[in-house]
Amino acid sequence: MVTLKINEHEAKVAEGTTVLAAAKTLGINIPTLCNHPDLCVAGNCRVCVVEQKGARTLVASCATPVSEGMEIQTNSLKVRNARKHIVELLLSEHRADCTKCYKNQNCELQTLANEYSFGEHIFLDLTEDHNYAIDRSSPAFIKDDSKCIRCQRCVRTCAQLQHVSAIAVSHKGSEMKISSFHDRPMSHVVCTNCGQCVNRCPTGALTEKTYIDQVWDAIYDTDKHVVVQTAPAVRVALGEDLGYDPGERVTGKLVTALRQLGFNSVLDTDFTADLTIIEEGTELLTRLKKVLVEGDKTLALPMFTSCSPGWIKFIEHKYPHMLPNLSTCKSPQQMFGALAKTYYADKRKLDPANVVSVSIMPCTAKKYEADRPEMRSSGYKDIDYVLTTRELAVMIKQAGIDFRTLEESHYDSVMGVSTGAGVIFGATGGVMEAALRTAYEIVTGRPVPFKNLNIMPVRGMEGVREATIKIEGTREEWNFLEGAELKVAIAHGLVNANKIAKAVSQGKAQYHFIEIMACPGGCLGGGGQPIPTSAEIRQKRMEAIYAEDMHMDLRKSHDNPEVTAIYQEFLEEPNSHKAHELLHTHYTERESY
Amino acid sequence: MYQTGNLVKDLAEKHGRRRESLMPILQDIVKKHNYLTDDVMVAVATELDISAAEVYGTASFYTFLDTEERGKNVIRVCKTITCSMKGKNDIIATIEDMLKIRVGETTPDKMFTLLETNCIGWCHKAPAILINDMPYTDLTPETVIDVIKGYMR
Repeated sequence: MVTLKINEHEAKVAEGTTVLAAAKTLGINIPTLCNHPDLCVAGNCRVCVVEQKGARTLVASCATPVSEGMEIQTNSLKVRNARKHIVELLLSEHRADCTKCYKNQNCELQTLANEYSFGEHIFLDLTEDHNYAIDRSSPAFIKDDSKCIRCQRCVRTCAQLQHVSAIAVSHKGSEMKISSFHDRPMSHVVCTNCGQCVNRCPTGALTEKTYIDQVWDAIYDTDKHVVVQTAPAVRVALGEDLGYDPGERVTGKLVTALRQLGFNSVLDTDFTADLTIIEEGTELLTRLKKVLVEGDKTLALPMFTSCSPGWIKFIEHKYPHMLPNLSTCKSPQQMFGALAKTYYADKRKLDPANVVSVSIMPCTAKKYEADRPEMRSSGYKDIDYVLTTRELAVMIKQAGIDFRTLEESHYDSVMGVSTGAGVIFGATGGVMEAALRTAYEIVTGRPVPFKNLNIMPVRGMEGVREATIKIEGTREEWNFLEGAELKVAIAHGLVNANKIAKAVSQGKAQYHFIEIMACPGGCLGGGGQPIPTSAEIRQKRMEAIYAEDMHMDLRKSHDNPEVTAIYQEFLEEPNSHKAHELLHTHYTERESY
Repeated sequence: MYQTGNLVKDLAEKHGRRRESLMPILQDIVKKHNYLTDDVMVAVATELDISAAEVYGTASFYTFLDTEERGKNVIRVCKTITCSMKGKNDIIATIEDMLKIRVGETTPDKMFTLLETNCIGWCHKAPAILINDMPYTDLTPETVIDVIKGYMR
């Protein structure tokens, strides 16, 4: 333990603690910009400078470890003046058109400016004669260099959490900026659209591309029937943007709010998550049989999940030779889209041309996924607009809805019934758990041998997890699996996905089935989730997801009555020709940059 | 444009494939070809298993690691204070007039590129220019013509 004094208060903290963290233990807040709990120390922005007794200059508290007997002042005149100058310098290179900015009221620089910079600015506004690039090429997000303060949170996110580095620091001095490879449009580089950078950007330099106005237009258009689906991770995070603490489940209020916004039908992505399990589980078992029993060389093992559009784009860029290992199943969002304008429109006697399909996602990559040319199996654009959790919160505020006082209500039907297996798609390991709950039962006729169906070995926040499920007492048609050990792996965050993909690519990993989610924590830590997101917040959202699962009457995808019905009425059987047409897809090799 | 061929692989063998091998590899490519093409930067990224954006970021930081097409001979005119006071603008005007290009441009025959540079340490013999690796100092509009003529053969 190290003892130091901060503003005359004594702190005892572990060796290696930063001054910033030590101050926090005393309840002393030091402002930060480039610092982020998920990322390595950078010391770029200097906003967190403090005065250290005996030091020649002010030190960055985020990058200074404590030492015995250290004396720190966080709020001296010298510190306040320096901080004011630092904030003013950042503002001199930041196009501060706050009232027009998407991040207005939700901007860390604005908050600092509010404390440190009012009245006349000290420095010249350098933005006026600088020709900044605004990149709107991606359907998922906008990169506006005029708002960038070069704190490099995005660069560290893309490198450290995602192993992508689609963006890096380029040029120097006053020309320094954050660039893609040779300043190519973001739509034409290795970027996965995961939005983790968007979630961490302290200003409006990286924001999701919003479709709020288009959705309002569709709602107000009386000729249109607007259906909305909500992803599992939205219900455990939306509350954070509406005044609730992290980890609060707001499912019932969410449904009511969507109805009040004017959506004609409020449906659930969890329904197609259940459907995904039937399709993907069948695909896995079929692959195992064909490869292991029949010696089919055209099919690849291990099979990777395909629900995460960030992961899909990652593998298309980085490991194109492993595309045959991906499940051909579309993600639940896209399955829903394909069915909304076919099965659903038929059932409700609607002209699919008049159906507008909106999805609420914890994700920015889903916006990109919806725009992929393959995603038009219904004959129309299967998903018209994707909104993030954050955008939905904006719409709820715009509509003047007092969220807290809303009554709870249930999803509409059809395509609104779901099981706990669908809900847990929102957490890392959830797809694996849902798939095992069903696949094990298909093969053995018995439920998975875990208490309350909770397959604990696949849960948790460890970046890469492995589990082995022994299969015993198989039904006759599956007796080739008798005594077999099904080896599975789970990774979340593309840096971890890369570890598994690399091992598989080099033939060093012996798995049958691998779940990959592009974002840390899975969808609950998605790029479209409320800001801020941190390890503690992800943990709380995860607990909420599993609580939601326990709270459901049905816990296994194959028990979902609407899933049974859709096969009887429409899809015939899992992996049928019709299912392939609507619910499966193919992938595209992409450039390595 | 030039073909990458085995160049990057050979340089990776020579300098290694660690992150710190990046600079010597880029320097050797520029020594040979004057500038970095997109293809060569992607090849370096692949060889070192880093992202192409990082390679570009590093290259763009250094003035002498060009990422735009350059002519066979790169003329860099010192733009810093002493050379400015000693007539660097006249030198540039003379070269522009002679080669029919402006600063930042390359002649259509790809023989010359004209650029400005920060101080190259010849203030005592200003104005100074650098052609490829060779400095020329104490220049006048008359003498610079002769210097450049020497590179036309």
